[in-house]
Amino acid sequence: MNNIIVYIELVEGKISDVSFELLTKGRSLANQLKCNLEAILIGNNLKGMEKELFPYGIDTLYVADDARLAPYATLPHTSILVKLFQEQQPQIALMGATTIGRDLGPRVSSALKSGLTADCTELEIGTHTDSKTKHVYNELLYQIRPAFGGNIIATIINPDCRPQMATVREGVMKKEIVDIQYKGKLVNLEVAKYVDETDFIVKIIERHIEASKVDIKNAPIIIAGGFGVGSADNFKLLHKLASVLGGEVGASRAAVDAGFAEHARQIGQTGVTVRPKLYIACGISGQVQHLAGMMESNLIISINNDPQAPINKIANYVITGKVENVIPKMIKYYREHTK
Amino acid sequence: MKKFNIVVLAKQVPDTRKAGKDAMKADGTINRSILPAIFNPEDLHALEQALNVKDQYPGSTITLLTMGPPRAVEILKEGFYRGADDGILLTDRAFAGSDTLATSYALASAIKSIGQVDIIFSGRQAIDGDTAQVGPQVAEKLGIPQVTYAEEIVKITDKAIQVKRRLEHGVETVECPFPLVITVNNTAPHCRPRNAKRLMKYKHASTMSNRQENNDDYLASAIAHPHLTIKEWGVNNITVDHEQLGLTGSPTKVKKVDNIIFQAVETKTFTDLDEDIDELMKELVESHIVG
Repeated sequence: MNNIIVYIELVEGKISDVSFELLTKGRSLANQLKCNLEAILIGNNLKGMEKELFPYGIDTLYVADDARLAPYATLPHTSILVKLFQEQQPQIALMGATTIGRDLGPRVSSALKSGLTADCTELEIGTHTDSKTKHVYNELLYQIRPAFGGNIIATIINPDCRPQMATVREGVMKKEIVDIQYKGKLVNLEVAKYVDETDFIVKIIERHIEASKVDIKNAPIIIAGGFGVGSADNFKLLHKLASVLGGEVGASRAAVDAGFAEHARQIGQTGVTVRPKLYIACGISGQVQHLAGMMESNLIISINNDPQAPINKIANYVITGKVENVIPKMIKYYREHTK
Repeated sequence: MKKFNIVVLAKQVPDTRKAGKDAMKADGTINRSILPAIFNPEDLHALEQALNVKDQYPGSTITLLTMGPPRAVEILKEGFYRGADDGILLTDRAFAGSDTLATSYALASAIKSIGQVDIIFSGRQAIDGDTAQVGPQVAEKLGIPQVTYAEEIVKITDKAIQVKRRLEHGVETVECPFPLVITVNNTAPHCRPRNAKRLMKYKHASTMSNRQENNDDYLASAIAHPHLTIKEWGVNNITVDHEQLGLTGSPTKVKKVDNIIFQAVETKTFTDLDEDIDELMKELVESHIVG
């Protein structure tokens, strides 16, 4: 009956935040479209997990529970989604723009010949009139995403193919419980009907999974460095300021590409979206793709020896000077004037 | 010893990394025309992995396949300089307006026309779209497995390949039999540089239509130096369902495009002198932003 369906992603048996965020968005879209919100959970030992999920307003939760379905592998998860979507004919399907979602989404969309928009930053419902046929499409999903290295924002639609598929990065949307008592229906799928032996052709030999030690998403203060910091050595200064102020170190794509910081610290369209109370941008020129990931920060300070750096336009405070001169002075003042 | 047939998918892209302030017009929008067209960086990483397989299995062949306008032939030449054996430019008006699904359909159809292929490498994603969709979609269209985010080939035998994948939360090594699609991550090794001898050899390589346009004595040069004629395929060279190509084959449509213009805020400017930094820090401490 053309509902909205969310793929629930498990990381080492735990539901990832992006799935809760998508359920929250899915619930509000479903209310607007007057349809149901559904979700699909695939993995092993899933009993009881529905208790965590239903409060987000799921009307039907499909569960595929089988020892062979964890950890995630492309082919079996694809087969389940493709068959389920063929049976249920959802109008919208959402998944996280994670290493899993970006592996699974395109494969499913190709099998169903339906459109997929990656890394959406906004999802809205709207209408569309075809310029040639004048046909009016109602209640389409507007999939809004930055493109061209983040320099433009494109609104993408799938007028004719279903489901309308989209991936969304973690942290871009908010998660919110609808009702702790929300009653949904649980449907256990008969896994053998959905997967084939040939789906298990890729064997996992070894896995080293470590929880990321870097948590810039929830840091109240972020000291972010760009290519202008100049070296991995100078980046140590940023770490020092971060530890003094109780913050975390972030980086622009250029700084990560140059090897100054690890990928987990990357802020921007292809990294993490952050909203700290204080963002100190050090030697960051301010490419749009970076600004997109931090412009909602409460207070922005830019330290740059180029007074014309684009980031200065959105900064509340601009310090024109070299990062390696300014940061030690900030640390010195802070140490002398606080307990 | 086994000889692998390898295809590397590559794309010519505008260098969006250069879209800094020099590319910014006065109204705050981006001036795309000044961005150089380059070999998509992660596709170069993919080419390196293919060359790495060829180092271990000499006699393997690497065919570089790109879809794009006639000038995309530049990246095929770049591939020749670095060690690719063959190159195909897939170009036709019928491909215009393709989204990722129509692109992957055209590429998969071209791969079928190349013949039996063991490994298809591509970059994880292209820097102009960052979608990371074409690799997995090509794999699905060919009905073969995919290994995404590859960082290193751990082991390769006649029967199977072991690949280390870089994930958000760690690494994973998987083993997969042939044929398969491997998308290569930006954390994989950089591509080896151009080889001087190959540069001399392929400097004048071109497609037949480029030669015609330049009024070269194109037939004579093609006959004299067959290796300098880069293959150029259109819809007639591959078996396709026209409905699945270009705009008609693209389920996603761009409804509108907005340039990003950031709202300027009121900015207070400081120098890096001690008293300026002290004043700023004092404000931050007193307003409890820090401390």
